Amino acid sequence: MSARTRPITTTEGTKPFAFSETALAECRELIARYPEGRSKSALIPILHIAQAENDGWLSVNAMDAVAHLMGLRHIEVYEVASFYSMFNLHPVGTYVLDVCRTTPCMLRGSDELIHHLEKKLGIHAGETTKDGMFTLKAVECLGSCGSGPMLQCGAGYHEDLTIEKVDALIEELRARNQRTNYTDR
Amino acid sequence: MARKLLFEHIDKPGIRGLEGYRANGGYRSVEKALRTMSPDAVLEEVKKSGLRGRGGAGFPTGMKWSFLAKPEGVPRYLVVNADESEPGTFKDRYLMERIPHILVEGMITSSFALGAKTSYVYVRGEYFYVARILEQAIAEARAAGWLGKNILGSGFDHDIHVQVGAGAYICGEETALLESLEGKRGNPRIKPPFPAVKGLYDCPTVVNNVETIAAVVPIVNDGGEEYAKIGIGKSTGTKLISAGGNIKRPGVYEIDLGITCDEFINSDEYCGGVDGRAFKAVVPGGSSVPIVPYELFLKTPTGENRLMTYESLSEGGFAQGTMMGSGGFYAYNDAQCIVRSTWNHARFYHHESCGQCSPCREGTGWLDKVLERLEHGEGRMEDIDLLWDIQRKIEGNTICPLGDAAAWPVASAIRHFRDEFEYHVTHREKVKDPKHFAREPFRKSAKFATA
Repeated sequence: MSARTRPITTTEGTKPFAFSETALAECRELIARYPEGRSKSALIPILHIAQAENDGWLSVNAMDAVAHLMGLRHIEVYEVASFYSMFNLHPVGTYVLDVCRTTPCMLRGSDELIHHLEKKLGIHAGETTKDGMFTLKAVECLGSCGSGPMLQCGAGYHEDLTIEKVDALIEELRARNQRTNYTDR
Repeated sequence: MARKLLFEHIDKPGIRGLEGYRANGGYRSVEKALRTMSPDAVLEEVKKSGLRGRGGAGFPTGMKWSFLAKPEGVPRYLVVNADESEPGTFKDRYLMERIPHILVEGMITSSFALGAKTSYVYVRGEYFYVARILEQAIAEARAAGWLGKNILGSGFDHDIHVQVGAGAYICGEETALLESLEGKRGNPRIKPPFPAVKGLYDCPTVVNNVETIAAVVPIVNDGGEEYAKIGIGKSTGTKLISAGGNIKRPGVYEIDLGITCDEFINSDEYCGGVDGRAFKAVVPGGSSVPIVPYELFLKTPTGENRLMTYESLSEGGFAQGTMMGSGGFYAYNDAQCIVRSTWNHARFYHHESCGQCSPCREGTGWLDKVLERLEHGEGRMEDIDLLWDIQRKIEGNTICPLGDAAAWPVASAIRHFRDEFEYHVTHREKVKDPKHFAREPFRKSAKFATA
């Protein structure tokens, strides 16, 4: 199976989903941006907003709300959500740590960084800590090849990481305890 | 020191904002084009410049623009490819983050030449914060009248939108990018029809890389001939190279095409030489281009100094050359293991294959699996020939170039470093330690002494 065809979760997250007023206004602006009849172009930007509004992941309810808002069939939304690796199809922690594992970062020590984080957090890449604080993901190239090893958390890039720097980052995030999203300004 | 065209003002205070950018000569190309030139005259300058696509393919930009179909009453689009995802490449991020207005300016001037009233810049999702910087720059430009209706009283209308992706390397392929921009899965389209005829929303479209569009600014300002004075032969102008790996000075450098590879990798103006130990191998243009031993990066097969040009880097063909690619440069020291690196590359392409074509969808998975077992000391001698066979069957048999891109790093690694693959079969216990060559660098046997 291709990594680009991931199953959609149907058993997790039966929580109802509704866009906030500000998010809805942003979505409507996006839909109006494209030429007549081409508003489907807003799907990916709107899925980012929906994910940020749904604790960092896309439940079936969230995707169905996007379909309803955009006048799309459900499958048109599911097939897109499952293709792109930034869309989480399972619940995630307060912080998602996307650690780059691709070759240029590997040459600069990303394997060691990932092992360290696995040990420190007591989970494997792809898992979430029991307290729901951290999800660790080993991801492919983030375009930070001269400043690796690095990780992305929300919109922020944390570059030139060392064991000490990443330990300090984990402590800082834990103390702040506030969700980060890719869409953060 | 070489002349900078894109980075000339990059360290000036306030260059990220419109005021600072304008104070350093920003938006002159828009004034010049819209006030004194016809769209075709702009195209002529781009043709004269010899500019080639900076995203990786190196196709002549003027020629690409001249293919754009112009049927009556049908909108045309410029789409800028800022889906920078080729491992090793981070030049466009650096440019957009530090000097976003040069891209906005280039998009307006280029769109004038192409007759596009709307342009899009498709930014990879991970660069969300960069998209915000661009949105800010576009808002400033719009407020100052560089975008909108009747720009500078020329009758030319233009607006720019920023679009974000959501994590998919394949969307850097231009037709996959268009699919994604239309709100679909990033599955590449079969060509023809080419985007120049049937692109975004079935309309004629030009898709260009960020750096390509930024280079239009100095080309229009100074003239195409002036631009073409830099460089050698068909490699004209300057190129942004993002350098990483085991070098002393990682970063983004604007080089004159034509400097020697030795100067680039060893001089303190650029990479500054190896970061401890000794150089072993180089990937000069992003993960998709063939990996070459350090010696073969410095010298062509005929013993000439190799140059940082499209032609010189590929001299020797696939057997003994490599490619300029996107300018995503990374170098390996002798602590690195080529098998591990090749597995890492293969795993990347396996993860990023869109799944449309069987040779790529299945083949990248096999490459990943076989390389993983070799690297972990569980491989067999036949696996090396098996890898060769698999990559041969992917190459050329897919809709888009991702298949080739997955095949070439494997082929070149086996071609130049076959003895390291064999070592992984004969020294199973040793290679189980992931740092095996860090402790004891691999020594080439006499059989493989020359590449």
